[in-house]
Amino acid sequence: MKAKHLRNRWLGLLPLGLILFLSGCGQLEMTVLDPKGPVAQSQYDLIVYSLWFMLGIIVVVFALFAYMLIKYRENRPGRKESDYDPNLHGNTTIEVIWTVIPFIIVILLSIPTVTTLFDLEKAPEPAAGEEEKEPLVVYATTADWKWFFSYPEQDIETVNYLHIPTDRPIEFRLSSADSMSALWIPALGGQKYNMAGMMTKLYLQADEEGVYDGRNSNFNGEGFAAQTFKVHAESEEDFNTWAEEINNEAPELTAERYDELLAPGLTDKQSYSSTHLDYVKHHTREDMGYVVDKYREQFKEKLHLYEIEKQESFQ
Amino acid sequence: MHITDILVTGEPIIYGAMVSMALVGIALLFILTYFKKWKWLWSEWLTTVDHKKIGVMYILSALLMLFRGGVDAMMMRVQLAFPDLGFLNSQHYNEIFTTHGTIMIIFMAMPFLIGLMNIIVPLQIGARDFAFPYLNALSFWSFFFGMALFNISFVIGGSPDAGWTSYTPLSGAAMSPGPGQNFYLMGLQLSGIGTLATGINLMVTILKMRAPGMKLFHMPIFTWSTLVTCFIIVFAFPILTVALALLTIDRIFGAQFFTLTGEGLPMMWANLFWMWGHPEVYIVILPAFGIFSEVIATFAKKRLFGYNVMVWSMIVIALLSFLVWVHHFFTMGAGAFVNSVFSVSTMLIAVPTGVKIFNWLATLYKSKIEFTVPMLWSLAFIPSFILGGVTGVMLGMAAADYQFHNSYFLIAHFHYVLIAGTVFACFAGLVFWYPKMFGHKMNERLGKWAFWLFFFGFHVCFFPQYFLGLDGMPRRLFITNVAEWLPLNVISTVGAFGMGLGFIVFVYNVYYSFRYSARETTGDSWNGNGRTLEWATTTPVPYYNFATVPYVDEIDPYIRMKEEGKTTFEEDKVKPIHMPSYTGQPFIMMAFLGLASFGLVFEWMYVAVFGLIGAVFMMIRRSFDYDDGYYVPVEEIKRTEKKARGL
Repeated sequence: MKAKHLRNRWLGLLPLGLILFLSGCGQLEMTVLDPKGPVAQSQYDLIVYSLWFMLGIIVVVFALFAYMLIKYRENRPGRKESDYDPNLHGNTTIEVIWTVIPFIIVILLSIPTVTTLFDLEKAPEPAAGEEEKEPLVVYATTADWKWFFSYPEQDIETVNYLHIPTDRPIEFRLSSADSMSALWIPALGGQKYNMAGMMTKLYLQADEEGVYDGRNSNFNGEGFAAQTFKVHAESEEDFNTWAEEINNEAPELTAERYDELLAPGLTDKQSYSSTHLDYVKHHTREDMGYVVDKYREQFKEKLHLYEIEKQESFQ
Repeated sequence: MHITDILVTGEPIIYGAMVSMALVGIALLFILTYFKKWKWLWSEWLTTVDHKKIGVMYILSALLMLFRGGVDAMMMRVQLAFPDLGFLNSQHYNEIFTTHGTIMIIFMAMPFLIGLMNIIVPLQIGARDFAFPYLNALSFWSFFFGMALFNISFVIGGSPDAGWTSYTPLSGAAMSPGPGQNFYLMGLQLSGIGTLATGINLMVTILKMRAPGMKLFHMPIFTWSTLVTCFIIVFAFPILTVALALLTIDRIFGAQFFTLTGEGLPMMWANLFWMWGHPEVYIVILPAFGIFSEVIATFAKKRLFGYNVMVWSMIVIALLSFLVWVHHFFTMGAGAFVNSVFSVSTMLIAVPTGVKIFNWLATLYKSKIEFTVPMLWSLAFIPSFILGGVTGVMLGMAAADYQFHNSYFLIAHFHYVLIAGTVFACFAGLVFWYPKMFGHKMNERLGKWAFWLFFFGFHVCFFPQYFLGLDGMPRRLFITNVAEWLPLNVISTVGAFGMGLGFIVFVYNVYYSFRYSARETTGDSWNGNGRTLEWATTTPVPYYNFATVPYVDEIDPYIRMKEEGKTTFEEDKVKPIHMPSYTGQPFIMMAFLGLASFGLVFEWMYVAVFGLIGAVFMMIRRSFDYDDGYYVPVEEIKRTEKKARGL
């Protein structure tokens, strides 16, 4: 019965190992656990809050489990007659307790979940002592397999990269020209779907300057892995300088050029001094089939994608 | 049309698979012919309506699919651990994760559990077969041809590549042209008929054919889990049938239900899919709970703690399972209120599930735990499943889910519940009831090796994936292009191969035990610890199951039967037994439907119409079939029982 003793010892180590693993990984600064803005921060807070409950549940169950296995294994030396009661089949008090406690935990988890859900529908509140700023509106449109970011205020559009000012809420208006995708910048907050024929809103904000990774997180075909972009979060002045520069130097985005870009495939980063918003409204029922109608034949061709750009780390 | 238009060409891995499939096929034909087994195959297996044989065929198919889905998984893991190898390209990877998911859920988990239900449920309730044995055979063959159709896709026509969820508009005709996606639709549709029919069949069997005296709350817990599962199947599967049909009509006949053009509603698919898909998760987990309950009670040698509560929590879980589907797409932007409602309903499922966990722990309290192989699988389930369960609650918190969704955190979660729940249960159940099925046990030492390899492999494989998710790695990514993600992916791959090794040992154990295990002499195989009626039958189980059906008025009736020296053979009470005749009709009918589906996949309408006419003809034939079965004479029953019992 050597294997059994070994097993018990292993089981005792499991919760300990879990905690060590968790604390060890905390130092790796995983993106979701290293928020760079108020939205990601509120989600981080919720995750950490829930983690305590989960750890508590795990510890209780693992401890009970280990106790039962050690104490009630059939050939434990020194088993007593009273250690066996084959007809024991219920105990109302204890059953009520272990029904009510999970119920209370669910309530305790529900309250912050619901309040955070409603908060995320609005632009993040300004930090204490700071004035409230109007959100910057950015239309984020996907087409297989690229990103278009249109800035109506600045009258510019970028492809496959994004610049945002720090300390100002960004109101993303998400839509898709064809397949369903999702805008996810884990350092700044959770994702939301881009869907053709409708528009969803996602508020995000960066508190720290830096370059963050963004991507389509919802599988949408062959070029999915390459549908990523960099987010350049910079001070308001730097952002305005950049926008002005694009506005002055980049070419205009003509309807023809935009149509070319919509064809399924991969493209480089690009900048334009006007937006596509006047040509096609992908979020309307009228225009939701625009790309599919136009490029039905191209969707039949394959990319034969074996590799994509490599990167060192993920912010 | 040229042959190369249909066959998948240009992939060395697929050529390899073609060659090995051809070789295995030729070897099988040769063996069957050489040993003159064709007649045996037809008259003993292809035409059988015996629930035990059908169950064995289900389980064999499921093991085959576990192998296929497992090979898919290994290929994905190799690609992710060695991104520079250029092993798989994006398209090939997409096909593989699609078939992996579909096969594991539809063609592995469900048939495995349905196979166990097939064999065990009638035995547990004292029935001599299903309520509708002909329909049972029909169900199996519809599953079988659906499975075969889905599996040939990778050599003929190309595999589906839009994920096992097959979200529109991606999976529509415009963005996924060609037969690949049709294989998914027709394969699932065909096998779905069988699942729905099995649901009805088992429900009627359990409700109408229990032993005299056996009330619903006397039923063994596995039978209860099956009954609850059947209700979920009967309410959920029609949704899938309709959704598949609508998408098929879209793709093949040019309708616009889920398209981007013509006022289609692509997001309706996600809703329909998950209105079936979430209950489906419970279709594969509730029977697992039932199996664990049986195994734990048997090897704790103690009555299941809180039987009534166990049953009611399954019923509550089944009801809640229909009220949570939106949690699969919290990020669709339905708004804070809708997400709040579905968030709370999702987390509520944790309450009855938690109660079940505590009941299992309480069953161990003051028990005598014997660490047999099925018990090891069942015990390992508890801590492993907890890790999947608590992360499930975290995913249920919609605001946090915005960060978890579509990431490896989600992948780790559902593998933790589906492997630690369903797969562990399949192994536990198979090893536990193996002597009932085949007349000998599986070797314990090899069984323990398989268990430990699989158990550690599983945790090494999936635990790191939680952290990959928190680091922003999305699911369905064909290449690990971020250096930071590579180490954990390598660890994960090592674990996956551990699981693969465990599976190989398990399969070897099947062969080893067939050769060397002692043959069973009694029906009560586990040292006389059997509690329910299936152990009261002799091993091998006679085709009519019970010579005389005992009167049952309690849980665990076989314990008292043993105390009182009663058996399922009371010589003076034996009467002739009515049994159904074997028939080849279900096989032929479903072969025709399989042909029709194959025709539809390639949009060859003549083939499809021919197959449909054939199937309808077989249905008409069945309607004029006056074969009412036959009676087993008393003499034969007595002879069989006396021989089996050594009287």
